[in-house]
Amino acid sequence: MTAILFPEPRADVLARRDFLIAGLAKLVPPASLVTSEDERRAFETDAFTAYRRVPLAVVLPETTAEVSAVLAFCHQHQVPVVPRGAGTSLCGGAIPQEDAVVIGLSKMSRILEVNYPDRIAKVQAGVTNLAITNAVSADGFFYAPDPSSQLACTIGGNIGMNSGGAHCLKYGVTTNNILGVTLVLVDGTVVEIGGEAMDAPGYDLLGLVCGSEGQLGIMTEAVVRILPAAEGARPVLFGFETSEQAGEAVAAIIAAGIVPVAMEFMDKPAIDICEAFAKAGYPMDVEALLIIEVEGSDAEMDATLAKIVEIAKKHGVKRVKESKSAMETAAIWKGRKSAFGATGRIADYICMDGTIPTGQLPYVLRRIDEIVKHYGLRVANVFHAGDGNLHPLILYNVNDPEEAMKAEEAGNDILKLCVEVGGCLTGEHGVGIEKRDLMRHQFKPVELDQQMRVRAAFDAGWILNPAKVFPLEGRL
Amino acid sequence: MFTMLRPQNEDELAEIVREAEARRAMLHVQGGGTRAGLGRPVNNGVMISTAGLSGVTLYEPAEMVISALAGTSLRVVEETLAEKGQMLPFEPMDHRAIYGTSGEPTIGGVVAANVSGPRRVVVGACRDHLIGVRFVNGRGEIIRSGGRVMKNVTGLDLVKLQAGAHGTLGILTEVTFKVLPRPETTATMLYEGLSEADAVAAMSAALGSPFEVSAAAHLPAGMGADRARTLLRFENFAASIDYRFPALAEKLKRFGTAKRIENAESEKLWASIRDCTLLAEPRDTALWRISVKPSYAPELANALRSALPEARLFLDWGGGLLWLATPATGDAGAAAIRAALGGKGHATLVRAPDAIRSAAPVFQPEAAPVAALSGRIKASFDPQGLINPGRMHAGL
Repeated sequence: MTAILFPEPRADVLARRDFLIAGLAKLVPPASLVTSEDERRAFETDAFTAYRRVPLAVVLPETTAEVSAVLAFCHQHQVPVVPRGAGTSLCGGAIPQEDAVVIGLSKMSRILEVNYPDRIAKVQAGVTNLAITNAVSADGFFYAPDPSSQLACTIGGNIGMNSGGAHCLKYGVTTNNILGVTLVLVDGTVVEIGGEAMDAPGYDLLGLVCGSEGQLGIMTEAVVRILPAAEGARPVLFGFETSEQAGEAVAAIIAAGIVPVAMEFMDKPAIDICEAFAKAGYPMDVEALLIIEVEGSDAEMDATLAKIVEIAKKHGVKRVKESKSAMETAAIWKGRKSAFGATGRIADYICMDGTIPTGQLPYVLRRIDEIVKHYGLRVANVFHAGDGNLHPLILYNVNDPEEAMKAEEAGNDILKLCVEVGGCLTGEHGVGIEKRDLMRHQFKPVELDQQMRVRAAFDAGWILNPAKVFPLEGRL
Repeated sequence: MFTMLRPQNEDELAEIVREAEARRAMLHVQGGGTRAGLGRPVNNGVMISTAGLSGVTLYEPAEMVISALAGTSLRVVEETLAEKGQMLPFEPMDHRAIYGTSGEPTIGGVVAANVSGPRRVVVGACRDHLIGVRFVNGRGEIIRSGGRVMKNVTGLDLVKLQAGAHGTLGILTEVTFKVLPRPETTATMLYEGLSEADAVAAMSAALGSPFEVSAAAHLPAGMGADRARTLLRFENFAASIDYRFPALAEKLKRFGTAKRIENAESEKLWASIRDCTLLAEPRDTALWRISVKPSYAPELANALRSALPEARLFLDWGGGLLWLATPATGDAGAAAIRAALGGKGHATLVRAPDAIRSAAPVFQPEAAPVAALSGRIKASFDPQGLINPGRMHAGL
């Protein structure tokens, strides 16, 4: 695919490559500087694999001081910088460009402090999302945001993208679960934003940095909230004959004053794909499936589930299947969380991430079906039903350029639809390069300009992750 | 002296700002005026009232989302939600008790000051539930950020930036929140006579338990009762509370025997903590709001009492929030308080005479590079510095 443009690599930077690498070599140990083409190629893309660019060099710093020195150097020499965690971005957030230095935080992967009385952990940016939970789970705690890539993705990337997950209906997204970051500004200055207290003085810079896609600075450490785990959690499968029924059941559950910890939706194609992969015991004779998870003691879960089952029955539920064991629970979630990977086994796909008001669900699902059929393609739908965050997976053949282009166009049409019904382009994956050129569908020029002026308060020279988020034309 | 303008819609407001920009007139924003004493005092310019921008513009109970124009009274928003059994999760404080003001707090004012209450310790602050804003920036442009869906990472999050900016980054015209169902019932667990250190340990154990305590506060002896009171609130379905109360009491038995306070009395108690009515009198004392990590609160409380012998204080947010009353003389204790904090938190001077709030920093002074960033961010919204100038920091 070639529809998304990259900025023309700057000849003056490419011409100074040897000088720049010599300079970087003075700032970090040899093992932290990647220069050979073979090794650089490992960093040419992320999970948005349709696009790739081999960077000028890759630096893998081990300390905040090294990040600061490298940024100061790049800033002094006006070299673009692309921050990278684990490279799991689905929107191309970590894809480099030929004239850029990649700063990868993978070596900064230590948990520095766990503090149960204050319910916080201090971690380095390169620690994985799941490693935080694993470090505290034996003591009954967890880190709440749980993107499906949580085994691999880093907390730095999570903060950069304000990542969500299946359980944010109850626990919120990344921005609701961090208290502070150590941020290296573009000129190498190190600042502490927020801290260990529950709120911070002055402007909410933490809220601004969260989800800024590496455009305001490079985060090296974070203070995250850890939460006490519930006594128990139990997912239940609810199979419906239509997605309208499933959507109405979701609305009725919330109207009854129940906020389950997760409410996940899968349509028939997604059920087939995930069941074939995970053998999770999903019902195969239904058109729509809800995975609803409740928490609490056994008696509390029984009571809450009884209410939910009653509501689901009023809305024509066809199959109800409770998890009877920890293994079944794991399989149910494995199926859902591997939806993208399982889809990748049967076809290439692009994954959309728009959010819509949940009341628009039946209309939007119908329109998605029409759009995808119009382009002669197929779609599997998985999404977070409680919060309206959709993940249509548009299936195509990557080796067929015409079909690839159609898939991209269908995706764009779906995202425009999300905006039209009152939603947004991206709920948790980020804009990156993928949705950059659609930003004008969501924002008016004065609004994009306001965002870019805020961006300029941090990086007036467009050094930090410059190909992302904002359309290349009309930049401030 | 102030001239008062009352725009009837967003376009009129934008026009007022553009005219002010041409004349370089200072604009001050007023909602209900119940929090006028919050922030640094301002003395002249044009006062813009948001009273004309009033009404709930969207409410979808099944989506747990509500939008209202900035001048809508908090009471109307809360009543609208209550009709459908929902609520603003962050339990916004009512400042009328401590300022002795009348009138109605507005939802825009709640956002501008990022006003939260006891439930903040568990569910998050106002900023955590604010999902969309519309505002007029200092260039007279109408800007939207966020929207009406609860998961949205499209572009920079200017929503969070507006929460707690005290109107210095734009005049809010509409705000949108995600909301939660109201709990079926509430009850409070009470321990009497604990020291601050034990109280914070008990609150940490409760907040670190799986029993979903929704608030935790400690009132020292003499604060409304003879003995110190440590309070833990449950909000849930009645059956859950009946199960969880004894389960937590068992976990906390080393702190003594728990008493149970039921619905109405419990609500009254938490309202007095939320609104800081416990320290509202005498009216001529200064009031501080101090944020720290909870485990540091006992040590800080002792340090503050040593430095300021007349100080009175209580703890909310499991120890993460100290409300402190000091004599309103000199700098109202600013230097001593911030020295005691030693970088381990921050202090806001919430109530003091104008003269003190003009001289002592109301908000915690920022490190130089952060202050420089704040200045550039202010300029990106309001290049001429027209809107609420100096409200947070001199020159901002």
